[in-house]
Amino acid sequence: MKRQFMDGYDAVKDIPNGSTLMVGGFGLVGIPEQMILGLVESGVKGLTVISNNCGVDDWGLGLLLKNHQITKMIGSYVGENKEFERQVLSGELEVELTPQGTLAERIRAGGAGIPAFYTPAGVGTPVAEGKETRVFDGKEYVLEKGLKADYSLIRALKADEMGNLIYNKTARNFNPMIAAAGKVTLVEVEQIVPTGMIEPDQIHTPGIYVQGLLEAVQEKRIERRTVREG
Amino acid sequence: MRGIKSNVRERIARRAEQEIESGYYVNLGIGMPTLVANYISEDKVVVLQSENGLLGIGEYPAEDEVDPDLINAGKETVTAIKGASYFNSAESFGMIRGGHIDLAILGGMEVSSQGDLANWMIPGKMIKGMGGAMDLVHGAQKITVIMDHVNKDGAPKIVKECSLPLTGKGVVNRIITDRAVLDVTKEGLVVREIANGFTLEEVKNSTEPDIIVSPSIRYDAY
Repeated sequence: MKRQFMDGYDAVKDIPNGSTLMVGGFGLVGIPEQMILGLVESGVKGLTVISNNCGVDDWGLGLLLKNHQITKMIGSYVGENKEFERQVLSGELEVELTPQGTLAERIRAGGAGIPAFYTPAGVGTPVAEGKETRVFDGKEYVLEKGLKADYSLIRALKADEMGNLIYNKTARNFNPMIAAAGKVTLVEVEQIVPTGMIEPDQIHTPGIYVQGLLEAVQEKRIERRTVREG
Repeated sequence: MRGIKSNVRERIARRAEQEIESGYYVNLGIGMPTLVANYISEDKVVVLQSENGLLGIGEYPAEDEVDPDLINAGKETVTAIKGASYFNSAESFGMIRGGHIDLAILGGMEVSSQGDLANWMIPGKMIKGMGGAMDLVHGAQKITVIMDHVNKDGAPKIVKECSLPLTGKGVVNRIITDRAVLDVTKEGLVVREIANGFTLEEVKNSTEPDIIVSPSIRYDAY
């Protein structure tokens, strides 16, 4: 039985200033939206946030930015956010850009006890500057380090009471790796079901990685609603 | 003007579609490369990969099919084809880096004669991030860049050395523009096709490095 929280604020209220957080999601899909709102409410400051994107101006991690709660951001694409741009240019926010596949693998490695690995992505580009490189079979690779977090905040579709998780479609994205890379992993789900209701073969993330659960209604804002005619 | 611009994009996208063979797993980059999907021949069986964790991108949803949890890498709502699969981002890039994608079609700001690609940042402008491009250029079996032949000021985008920060070094195999199709080879850039309305001379003059003319060059090719 994993701890269950009442709301987003209840889930994140003990996260102290200066923590390193990993937050799941790709764009606004699969983000733990109620826990992010909880962080806005708690007012925790000085956060280092590791997440593929940084939300939009008025939703997701963009809300924490607007509130000056983030001091460092590690991600792969941050182009949807004007406040982000302003804070980087004014020096209020430090940013470390990482190729998306490298970011996913750094998080995976962190959660799997691998301190570093070689990847071809970024060789010969600004990303590899100051990093060790090595040639294997005639091709050059750059050494990238695994990432861990004090707290991981993720979203899934469904959890059982033991914290076993199932994700929905492309809302899976970074969430499974982030689940494993946090010292404390808190999961926001649409539904908590009794243990035994999820087939063991269908579980995407085993409950061993999970410390707390929050059942919450999701707004699921859409960034680019694209429909076909007719 | 907008009409002309969209015609040019369509022409490039239609030519790029010819790179796709039946049976291929393909990743299309954001922007103009995404348009290529509109022109894939119905005779071909093609599976499109989206790096946010979907193999088998379908068409855009009808109004009542929109699912906020189902998007492509450009964050547009999409559908999934029959036989599609979902997976996490580490697996997605494992698939990419591991060489399992047959072809990636990407946009470009500059491509050098050695196949270096710059397509993610302009110094002095806000840096948005590279997303998955740096991983893709090292993973897919074949990298095709589609772009305008010259920039807004009329300057060549195919250059001797890239002036912009690189996305990848020596990664591009083929360049398709509104004017020509060129291959990056050990001997240098080889022009294979010239588009309707352009001459070989015009292509040479709007390409910074010297180009080798393929003995089997095709004119008015697309």
